[in-house]
Amino acid sequence: MWRRVLALIRKELLAVLADPRSRAVLIGPPLLQLIVFGYAASFDLNHAPIAIYNQDRSLASRDLVARFSLSPTFTVRRVLSSGRRIDALIDSGEVRAVVVIDSRFTRDLYRHVPAPVQVIVDGRNSNTGLLIEGYAGEILTDFSRAWSAAHGGDPPPAVLDVRALYNQTLDSHWFIIPGIVALLTQVVTLLVVGLSVAREREIGTFDQLLVTPLRQIDILLGKGLPGLIIGMGEATVIIAATVLWFHVPLRGSLAALYLALLLFVLAVTGIGLAISALSATQQQALLGAFLFMVPSIILSGFATPIANMPRWVQELTRINPMRYILVVVRAVFLEGADLASLAAQLWPMALIGLASLAVAGWLFRKRVA
Amino acid sequence: MRGASQGQRRKGWGRGGASMTESPAVALNAAAEAIRVQNVRRSFRSGQRTVEALAGVTACATRSRITGLVGPDGAGKTTLMRLIAGLLLADSGRIEVLGVDVAREPLAVQARLGYMPQRFGLYEDLTVRENLDLYADLQNLAPGGRAARYAELMRMTGLEPFLSRMAGRLSGGMKQKLGLACTLVNPPALLLLDEPTVGVDPVSRRELWQIIEHLVRDQQTTVLFSTAYLDEAERCAHVLLMHEGRLLGSGPPQDFMAEMSGRSFFASAPIDRRALQEILAGTAGVIDTVIQGGRVRLVTAASPDPRAIAARVPGLTLTPVPPRFEDSFVARLRTPGTSGEARPAPGATGTATAGASRTGRPRGAVISLQHVTRRFGAFTAVDDVSFEVARGEVFGLLGANGAGKSTTFRMLCGLLPPSAGALRVAGFDLRTAAAIARRRIGYMAQRFSLYGDLTVLQNLTFFASVYGLSGPAQARRIEWAMTEFVLGPLLAAKASDLPLGFKQRLALACALMHEPEILFLDEPTSGVDPLARREFWRRIGALAVSGGTVLVTTHFMEEAEYCDRLLIMSEGRVLTEGTPDAIKAAARRAEFPDPTLEDAFIAAIGTRGAAAA
Amino acid sequence: MSFSSRRLFGLMRKESLQIGRDPSALAIAFVLPAVLLFVFGFGVSLDARHVPVALVVQAPDAVTASFTGRLNRSTYFEPTTYRSIQRARRALAARKVQAIIWLRSDFTPRAESSGNAPIGVFVDGVDANTARIIEGYLRQVWANWLVAAARRGGKPAPMAVAEEPRVRFNAEVRSRNYLVPGLIAVIMTLTGALLTALVIAREWERGTMEALMVTPVTVAEILLAKLTPYFLLGMGGMLVSVALAVFLFAVPLHGSILVLTGCSALFMLASLGMGLLISSAARTQFAAGQIAIIATFLPAFILSGFVFDIGSMPAIIQLMTHLIAARYFVSILQSVFLAGDIRAVILPNAAALALMAALFLALARARARKRLD
Repeated sequence: MWRRVLALIRKELLAVLADPRSRAVLIGPPLLQLIVFGYAASFDLNHAPIAIYNQDRSLASRDLVARFSLSPTFTVRRVLSSGRRIDALIDSGEVRAVVVIDSRFTRDLYRHVPAPVQVIVDGRNSNTGLLIEGYAGEILTDFSRAWSAAHGGDPPPAVLDVRALYNQTLDSHWFIIPGIVALLTQVVTLLVVGLSVAREREIGTFDQLLVTPLRQIDILLGKGLPGLIIGMGEATVIIAATVLWFHVPLRGSLAALYLALLLFVLAVTGIGLAISALSATQQQALLGAFLFMVPSIILSGFATPIANMPRWVQELTRINPMRYILVVVRAVFLEGADLASLAAQLWPMALIGLASLAVAGWLFRKRVA
Repeated sequence: MRGASQGQRRKGWGRGGASMTESPAVALNAAAEAIRVQNVRRSFRSGQRTVEALAGVTACATRSRITGLVGPDGAGKTTLMRLIAGLLLADSGRIEVLGVDVAREPLAVQARLGYMPQRFGLYEDLTVRENLDLYADLQNLAPGGRAARYAELMRMTGLEPFLSRMAGRLSGGMKQKLGLACTLVNPPALLLLDEPTVGVDPVSRRELWQIIEHLVRDQQTTVLFSTAYLDEAERCAHVLLMHEGRLLGSGPPQDFMAEMSGRSFFASAPIDRRALQEILAGTAGVIDTVIQGGRVRLVTAASPDPRAIAARVPGLTLTPVPPRFEDSFVARLRTPGTSGEARPAPGATGTATAGASRTGRPRGAVISLQHVTRRFGAFTAVDDVSFEVARGEVFGLLGANGAGKSTTFRMLCGLLPPSAGALRVAGFDLRTAAAIARRRIGYMAQRFSLYGDLTVLQNLTFFASVYGLSGPAQARRIEWAMTEFVLGPLLAAKASDLPLGFKQRLALACALMHEPEILFLDEPTSGVDPLARREFWRRIGALAVSGGTVLVTTHFMEEAEYCDRLLIMSEGRVLTEGTPDAIKAAARRAEFPDPTLEDAFIAAIGTRGAAAA
Repeated sequence: MSFSSRRLFGLMRKESLQIGRDPSALAIAFVLPAVLLFVFGFGVSLDARHVPVALVVQAPDAVTASFTGRLNRSTYFEPTTYRSIQRARRALAARKVQAIIWLRSDFTPRAESSGNAPIGVFVDGVDANTARIIEGYLRQVWANWLVAAARRGGKPAPMAVAEEPRVRFNAEVRSRNYLVPGLIAVIMTLTGALLTALVIAREWERGTMEALMVTPVTVAEILLAKLTPYFLLGMGGMLVSVALAVFLFAVPLHGSILVLTGCSALFMLASLGMGLLISSAARTQFAAGQIAIIATFLPAFILSGFVFDIGSMPAIIQLMTHLIAARYFVSILQSVFLAGDIRAVILPNAAALALMAALFLALARARARKRLD
């Protein structure tokens, strides 16, 4: 029996690699997504354009302005001489924030009255807005402490001493890129497995397979295992790219990562096979894969934290295998996690894999017989 | 409609060939040709190869006539049609349609043209009426004139009762008729029909022809009719015979057949017809042999010597028969002595299973169906069908579109479980031992269904492995396939790049890889050129001789003639069963002294009053 | 051949009938957008609220209590007290908390004598964005605590500078308010480009296109007949999405429906133009789907500024975003919803959309020929 399944797997791999269309599915979108996500998908703030309206024009206020213009986070696009255009500048999106230094700034500094500095932020993209507010606050705090120290003021009783663990520079690429390993592995596996049966149905070879002595379980294995092999291969390529090209550190156990990926790909294969069994044409399979993929990516914590979702949505994400693999990938890459600490992520994936494969097997028997 | 009176005048037209001056209407038009194709070339890129679809074709089509564009698949018929319709541009050469240069003014031509592509673009999710409406709109037909026109078309096609049915739910024959009706909504001056009879059962085929002949007679429409069925050429006024991108001949079909007069015979002898065919095929002076029922039809070289042939087989009687169009096609492609016809019979060695031939062909039933019924929801596709097929038999399953033969075929192959009844294949109940039974069967689908992206060798290896062959056994069978089917030089070629004839050989090689006892064939040679078809059926014959059992489903009568026994189905039930000769004999009437199998088929279906299917 | 309204309406009627009967068209036009809208509306949020944090106070007293009290009252945090820093770090490693706030045993003495007593904060940096937001929130809590403490002690202000943050538009800083409008652009891309490319490819696959081509119909009529129903379908989808955004997800709509509809129409035309262009290159549904997803859907998702800020991308990618119609539409959507009909945003972006629509439609018209080769 294994010889037959092996022949099927060999044929499947040959067919996938020989067909320019499926080769394109395998190479094109993953590469594109790796590049696009790797470079474009970032929550970091760089050179955010701001304007400064300095009504004070003293040495102290110029020092503050200098701190803004020297920060890599901001680019001072405009220096205003009147307050009239503040709203217009923000409205048109030319600047993301305007820092307004009051004319009483120096006077208040010397009188030990908090000197007012207004930071007007464009809230349309609230995430960017919050980040700008945070960075501006940091600059103002630093300025305060420096000024107090230089002018004999009392230091504040306590200061924040913030350290980021695992990702010291808080580079959000380190968050996104390992996630791509999981994302692309899922996309490729799902497409290879999901489209394979539909393709054979369309060109008529599926009947030809069904009249051979292959049993349904053989066909199921022969269709599922190539997906597994290709998925794991794809994962390996992307892991290599993550480490070698994007220089994301790989701190944990590679064995643990691969075990988790295997379980993940198994689960995705089951889902792919189920989609395959349900669709008569490649078109339907593509649509089915798409309908599964989009929610599974959005509700996985890939770009936005699961913790921010409403309670019931959070519960829903428990059936999403991608949720677990993302934790594993990030833990292994950044936290240096080992197998033992990942057990809580592994068994749900194994369970989902078993369930999806069982459903796929059942659908196969039902649809094919 | 203006047709009636002109129909009277034109009634002399027919198979006998109409003289051009017979009718004044034609005489007026006779000066101008409707289509003039001058030295047209056109090639396509397919992967790395450049395929020359048309290699310098010059041809004409006369007004108010049916011109047949005849040739096997890949001859370049569709390309020529598309060039004439202005859908493609020629690489070189010039095409004039109704006096207009198509390349320059395609819209002017298209306004006067009706074109029915091979797969006519019916919108399957629209009803019959909505499809008609759409084409009426596209042809800018004023709403006022539609009612009368629709009534006319519906009367012609018999689609009246189905006006509000979705086009997707019509049978194959009805779809073709609707397609034709759509192109005829605004009566065109020129009608291009690209293989309208492919996949259509003989009854619908005959009806389609009647509609078209009626159209030419009543409305002086010029028709260009392409077909791979050579017998249809005989119904055309003029034939353009194409092969591999070239024009092989042009003229009235009678001219083609006249060349062959006195060269066609029925041979019968008191030995097995397949053995007889083998002997005759190897005889000098014979250029073509075809099994027709219990006899062998043979065509001789230019100067026949019937006595020399008769001397080869004791007790042989040769009866002269009128030539067929196909004879001239074969004669043009094949000169005696140089062709494969003289080769020894292919494939007898090792194709059949152990012992069958040695033990003197035990006549047990290898396939048996007892009261088999298959329902899809409320619809009963196969209704209480019973029959048996004996070992070593070539058995044909015939029926109109929607008669239930495909469903029966799929049940036999184990692709569908029956709703009721018992099916045994090679001694196994398919419901309980499908996998074991499948080891004993080979299957070849109608459409090419191998892996086009894999090479020939990869396909062979795959099917060998899937059937459990490995090591030396596998190597031996692949070696066999290579020599037997002459695939050796093509091992590294991608299967999808093969010419049709080779694809078919490869498909048969894959199906026979594991030396099955039973071979299932679904319309195996439709569209294949006549030579490749002969080669194919000789292999099948050899297989049967050595004890293999073959079940064929088809509505292609040419294929049915090769069968030992036929079963005709209609509306899910068995209509009649018997040898081709018996079925023909049953249809013999005073006015039909020597019916063809097609006549017999239509008569059988007709008695059931199943014309609607 | 001249233009004929009968042919055009005939084709349009056919197109509408087909849309009505084809479940997959309706699925892409209505089910997919609904799924996307729900998934996004409920699933995507960058607003960290009730962040679980570990609190380790080694010597609790009145001073530490005044700080932890503020943490407890903040809606941003959900502190859990741990007895030792080791336990807290284990909790962090197990992803039970996202940050640790550690007040060492010498916190109060140092705060009262030399000042600058460190408040140890460890944030889980894996999710850098959330980490930064947590940091920002903590800074606010800390600053407020300083001011209150100083006021209570009658001391001068602890900080020389008082930050007065003011958020213009989207004052409650809800990420849903900008994600949901942006999503409308993605959805309209789906109906515009993907659906259009698919239905034309289907006509090629089924052979209906070949039959159409030999009728006297002109290319312009075929294109126009495809455009109109799908334009209406897309606009319908847009209105449904807007209604859902406003009534289900409570996103404020400050601008006028008129401006929104006008700009949507321009974007829809650009999208349809893309779809027609794709269909002129791809003759199978498979290829059309692939190209449409790669060339329109993914960029609309990632490069439009809908989730990820364009300003933060590398210069080359920023340049690339100018080629993506969704980019302009997302800007318009975010402004019209959250800010109002701001000319400075709408005019240039709408002009860009109009230009792209004209370009794509002209290209599609130029590439579409009544030929099979």
